[in-house]
Amino acid sequence: MIISIASGKGGTGKTLVATSLALSLSENHRVQLLDCDVEEPNAHIFLKPIFDKRETASIPVPVVDEEKCTHCGECSRVCVYNALAVLKTAVMTFPELCHGCGACAYLCPEKAINEELRGIGVIEIGRSGSVDFVHGVLNVGEAMAPPVIRQVKKHIFSDGISIIDASPGTSCPVIEAVKGSDYCLLVTDPTPFGLNDLALAVEAVRSLQIPCGVIINRSDVNDSQIEAYCDRENIPMLMKIPLDIEIAKLYSRGIPLVLGISEWKDRFIDLFEDICACVKQEAI
Amino acid sequence: MKIVLSATGPGFEAAVDERFGRCPYFLYIDSETLEIEATDNPGEKASGGAGIVAAQAVADKDVKAVLTGHIGPNAHEVLSKAGIKMFTDVTGKVREAVESFKSGNLKESTGPTVAGHFGKGPRV
Repeated sequence: MIISIASGKGGTGKTLVATSLALSLSENHRVQLLDCDVEEPNAHIFLKPIFDKRETASIPVPVVDEEKCTHCGECSRVCVYNALAVLKTAVMTFPELCHGCGACAYLCPEKAINEELRGIGVIEIGRSGSVDFVHGVLNVGEAMAPPVIRQVKKHIFSDGISIIDASPGTSCPVIEAVKGSDYCLLVTDPTPFGLNDLALAVEAVRSLQIPCGVIINRSDVNDSQIEAYCDRENIPMLMKIPLDIEIAKLYSRGIPLVLGISEWKDRFIDLFEDICACVKQEAI
Repeated sequence: MKIVLSATGPGFEAAVDERFGRCPYFLYIDSETLEIEATDNPGEKASGGAGIVAAQAVADKDVKAVLTGHIGPNAHEVLSKAGIKMFTDVTGKVREAVESFKSGNLKESTGPTVAGHFGKGPRV
């Protein structure tokens, strides 16, 4: 089963939920955590994994064989990212703009374009106790997170429980991280921003046809608007994590919630059971 | 000589647009006959690579010189490769700019005048 954790708004507690869920389930299940927030991965700060494998994350970029090229311009016409310019006597490529879609090489009538791999990040694979851990790190200055996320997700188990920590927002990296999940947990905080971005995230996961449920983090007296929204949209409210100084202190020291306050472990196991029930219901 | 200007509108009375890659119009002008042709700039609304696609468009038209406000690094690379001269810091109306060009009062630029993404975002 693949469970992704997304949010819309940033800083709501995705990683808090992802790390605590992974640790709670790892006693009785085969569990892996995939940190797909490749622009700013942070789950490793809490799980402190030992990495034993590193891979380069790369995308294929065009290399033009000037001998074969007739400067017909087809490659630049089909490139929606404007990563190639064709002049009368020269072809220029701009690899930093290339998304690696391969259209130029595929459609070149002279077969003059080969692709070579350009590294844009690294994938690190390791373990934290009984949790398998994978994360991707996009190189500084690179703009394209989705290819790195795709490469992280190649490591998803075929069995067991895979927990994906997504980035905030609702743009390409989030879609790439969340798609293919059996369930998506949406973590929000009880603020107008939290609600606004939660609604956007709900729209995004619904368009991917992934069932979702909500967790309110820093829950306090202002939960009612989020609750009313979830009622209206028929989205289950699965957990509330209170606004609590002890939780904040633990988090600031890099200690996962379930390791700092052990009674939370049972709540995360219950959360998993609720998710399983939702997924089962969805399948009917 | 065939030249091109980045412009805010399609005629001689329009202003020179300070952006090369993101300007709305390119005005192709024969500096002797003053024959004028206006086209859209394919870079104006490009999600990325505006300077590249704009530079390729003007290179396809066989111009000898570009008159504009600023040129970014990618557009500069393409225009240099195409052997097109670049005159930057050009301001005022298109008509005046063409006159200045003809009287040799414009400054030819030898490198990009702004960093990438200069022309992105709304102008006020």
